[in-house]
Amino acid sequence: MLELSLHVLDIVNNSVKAKAERIEIVIDEQIEKNILSVTIRDNGCGMDEEFLKSVTDPFKTTRTTRKVGMGISLFKAASEATGGNFSISSQKNIGTEVVATFTYDHIDRQPMGDMAETMQTLVSSNENIDFIYKHIRNEKEFLFDTAQIKEILGDVSLNNPEILVWIREFIEEGLQEINS
Amino acid sequence: MKSLAELEAIKNKIKNQVEIRRDSEDSIRIVVGMATCGIAAGARPVLSALVEEVGKRNLANVSVAQTGCIGMCRLEPIVEVYEAGKERVTYVKMDEEKARKVIADHIVNGNIVTEFTIGVADK
Repeated sequence: MLELSLHVLDIVNNSVKAKAERIEIVIDEQIEKNILSVTIRDNGCGMDEEFLKSVTDPFKTTRTTRKVGMGISLFKAASEATGGNFSISSQKNIGTEVVATFTYDHIDRQPMGDMAETMQTLVSSNENIDFIYKHIRNEKEFLFDTAQIKEILGDVSLNNPEILVWIREFIEEGLQEINS
Repeated sequence: MKSLAELEAIKNKIKNQVEIRRDSEDSIRIVVGMATCGIAAGARPVLSALVEEVGKRNLANVSVAQTGCIGMCRLEPIVEVYEAGKERVTYVKMDEEKARKVIADHIVNGNIVTEFTIGVADK
């Protein structure tokens, strides 16, 4: 993928398919330590030990229409190409956690990209899931929690264009804040 | 500055709008392929543009949704338009600009943008 935010969108879709009701996305940029880490944690159906062993194999997939599932293997390749580390842990009926680290200044490390658009896309199609997106850059932190948004909206659907635009701009501004 | 107060105001505005049923006879469903192939090919900005246009133009009878891999990965991003009583239209190799044109020409004015459809764009 051209951006890390696209990998996030892709992997979080796995959590959605696993029927997660709560998905945490944590991005941590530590420039001094030269590490960027992406963590995606869900409370979906999880995987048993057997499936987990081969989950990073592109030919291992739960899809029935095709024999290939490339999301995880592409993300793993992206992380390892920068000298980073990739790990997945999972427990059946409890959830899954994917952690990918990247060497921050590595020439092959893709740019973070548009996380606001990724979150907007996720939120618009998955109203009933609680997303908690935390973005850390050195000592600054930005938090986006759909539970907070839903509290204000009450019974008004998140999937309204005006609200989605607000969400996107809210995240964009928040990220600008921590990048300054 | 985006504020939660602003969000509250948007919420109240929406609540006061007249509810138009999404599943009425003239409802249109737009579906964007958003599997790994779609995302890699650039479907995210296509979806974003479609949602923005629908919002800008207040198209209350139009819904935009995501779908998985349709099976023609090399033609992604793919956008399908479902309209009751009409044949499904499949747009391929879409981008943000084309998406906006589809909303303007096809969704609003009823003229299918044939040059973007699977029959034509894949020659």
